Amino acid sequence: MSDEYEHKLEAKSDYTTDASTVGASDIDSVPEAEVADQELYHSHSWWTTYVFSQDAKYIGVQYALTAIGTGLLGLVLSWLMRIQLAFPGLGWLEPAAYYQFVTMHGMIMVIYLLTALFLGGFGNLLIPLMCGSRDMAFPYVNMLSYWAFVVAVLVLLASFFVPGGPTGAGWTLYPPQAITAGTPGSDWGIILMLVSLILFVAGFTMGGLNYIITVLQLRARGMTLMRMPLTIWGIFTATVLALLAFPALLVGCLMMTLDSMLGTSFFMPAMVSLGEKLSYDGGSPILFQHLFWFFGHPEVYIVALPAFGIVSDLLSVHARKNIFGYRMMVWAIVGIGALSFFVWAHHMYVSGMNPWFGFFFATTTLIIAVPTAIKVYNWIITLWRGNIQLSLPMLFSLAFIVTFLNGGLTGLFLGNVTVDVPLSDTYFVVAHFHMVMGIAPILVVFGAIYHWYPLITGRMLNETLGKIHFWITFVGSYAIYFPMHYQGFVGVPRRYFEIYESPYIETSTLLLNQFITIAALIVGAAQLLFLYNIIVSARLGKKSEKNPWKACSLEWQTPQMPPEHGNWGKETPKVYRWAYDFSVPGAKEDYIPQNVPPSEVTGAKVEKT
Amino acid sequence: MSKSKGIIKSLFEKPWEKDQIAIDNEHQGQTLSLSKYKVGLRTIMVVSTVIFSLFIVAYSDRMLVHDWRSMPEPWLLWLNTGVIILGSLVFHFTKLASDKDQNDKIKNGLYLVGFLAYSFLIGQLLAWYQLMSSGYYATTNVANAFFYLFTTLHGLHLIGGLYFWGRTTSKFLSKNSKVEDVKHSIELCAIYWHFLLAVWLVLFGLMLFT
Repeated sequence: MSDEYEHKLEAKSDYTTDASTVGASDIDSVPEAEVADQELYHSHSWWTTYVFSQDAKYIGVQYALTAIGTGLLGLVLSWLMRIQLAFPGLGWLEPAAYYQFVTMHGMIMVIYLLTALFLGGFGNLLIPLMCGSRDMAFPYVNMLSYWAFVVAVLVLLASFFVPGGPTGAGWTLYPPQAITAGTPGSDWGIILMLVSLILFVAGFTMGGLNYIITVLQLRARGMTLMRMPLTIWGIFTATVLALLAFPALLVGCLMMTLDSMLGTSFFMPAMVSLGEKLSYDGGSPILFQHLFWFFGHPEVYIVALPAFGIVSDLLSVHARKNIFGYRMMVWAIVGIGALSFFVWAHHMYVSGMNPWFGFFFATTTLIIAVPTAIKVYNWIITLWRGNIQLSLPMLFSLAFIVTFLNGGLTGLFLGNVTVDVPLSDTYFVVAHFHMVMGIAPILVVFGAIYHWYPLITGRMLNETLGKIHFWITFVGSYAIYFPMHYQGFVGVPRRYFEIYESPYIETSTLLLNQFITIAALIVGAAQLLFLYNIIVSARLGKKSEKNPWKACSLEWQTPQMPPEHGNWGKETPKVYRWAYDFSVPGAKEDYIPQNVPPSEVTGAKVEKT
Repeated sequence: MSKSKGIIKSLFEKPWEKDQIAIDNEHQGQTLSLSKYKVGLRTIMVVSTVIFSLFIVAYSDRMLVHDWRSMPEPWLLWLNTGVIILGSLVFHFTKLASDKDQNDKIKNGLYLVGFLAYSFLIGQLLAWYQLMSSGYYATTNVANAFFYLFTTLHGLHLIGGLYFWGRTTSKFLSKNSKVEDVKHSIELCAIYWHFLLAVWLVLFGLMLFT
């Protein structure tokens, strides 16, 4: 909240650039707004300010807190599973409970934590601020979106308390087993899960509408698409993917709900259960798999693209260097997004398919490595000769690059049909997707929270606690997932609720299982430090100066920090440059915010990207 | 200078070049020269199109299995198709009337559109009743199940449209309202009505020819 920090960049007179030959008023020229300023809803009571809020910043925080709260449940579930795996002799979990926890852990982490946090949380917080708008396009619909998410979460949690408990079908919910007797939660649990997903998709569509239209239509003057921070590009593209991919999940869920409740045969083949012939006939379980993965693969990028965008911004700000190859980074984000719709069947290599089909999907899967590799190279080149500050966001970003690279490389193995067949359904797969889709995005989430926490609360998070949190999380996650790669290679199958010593299982597997569990308990406990840090620093943290990281993007340039309702005071900002003018030769400060007109930095020579 | 360009085209801009900087500084912050409501409607229509397309894909896939028994189309569906075409036409003329500020025509048009939409929904329910009383239940064959699913989803879309139709109509009927206040809503509702007509024609055609 302090106003001590006044960024003023003085012009250097001894530099002559093309820009300074004309008068200041000319080079600064931005015409008066032709687009009318947005009308804002003003809340009148505590309820409409903090609970049924229509301000995107509050909605973002609400989304983030709800998602993190649900994610903590997912974390506890993973502890329970790990204890069972390490000490099968204890009889800690019933088989049914184990499968229910696996299912809920997966679904919670992928959808209710990561998707909701990146798009609902960071999307709502950052889109209006970074684009220079006052709020989202449709604040009321935005509020509905959050409350639909809350209801979806409540319905999901309710499934723990219905007869039979939550579904244990695995997060992919494959029919016929998902709705056939013998699978845990095949009566009520699965229905609540499907209803919850349908609600989530409905809520997300309302939010997604806002994210897209705000980015496209409500930016500040001068903010062209190609001047937007990569964070916005990532969130924007991920939202487009989500709006096109979630319908597949919706369609699959609707038809399975009918199969389960009415007894239709969309997905259910003729089958005999417990010696009795069921009334189903002719349904196609493979059809569900196609629908599910047509959603499920883009879902990976719905989580990854915002992470890519955010990490690009964190690296640039904390290395005081412009992002390398901005235009290429945008193209890579868009390219990955487009390609992600053509790779889904690589999740189904062992479901049985025409070999040419597998060949096609293996090829597209490997092609997607090209834009992804471009991004990794560009991050590394951004760091090269940068003025790297080993702040917490930077540490988490570096950890992300390594982890994402690791997970990406094992993806090359699994993307090839012939290599995938022996590896599928082993712990190698578990290690792969946790590295690439669990740990890597979560590291970005942490980096982003350490980075933007001052923007929300006006205070800094505790650095020492943060460092401890970082090292335990980073080293600990490798202690958890590296051994799983090895377990996969020696053929330990996933989804088994107890693994004893046997001719097929190495002794080392059992020891490693215990080692992994201990590491998982420690890493999980370290997250309590993080929570403590977040809660305590909101009141007692060191007061942050304005723009504490000296970033260029607009969210730090609001008249007040934390920004107030409407974000920009009297007038929305005018933008004159991209978000990465760090260490510009000739400029007095090592950064030039996006809204600083050229007349104030006449000496600065902007480099090519 | 605020001429909008396509999103794809702007991907090829070179924002670091001097000429481009001058152009970019004039930018008004809008990508498409459309109202946010129109962009919203288009987004909704895209998402709905994806949903219905996926259902059609599922339908075509499921059709090939041996147990598929095509469902007869009751004559009532032809009547309903006529009603929804009429609804779309009336909305089109209402939109034209709103361009010319013809208050009475707008009022009558809006009433008629609502009447036709509700008639369509009731007609669909009667068609359900007709089918069920001849023994075509959702569980009897999956072809029937697809029919019930399609009509339900299409009907829900129409009910969503009727919500906005109701808002527009009551706004127009309230005191001191001018055509200007509802012109845009009428245009958007009319577009949505045409969209739902197109969806229905595709779904009905699909069921007729298979």
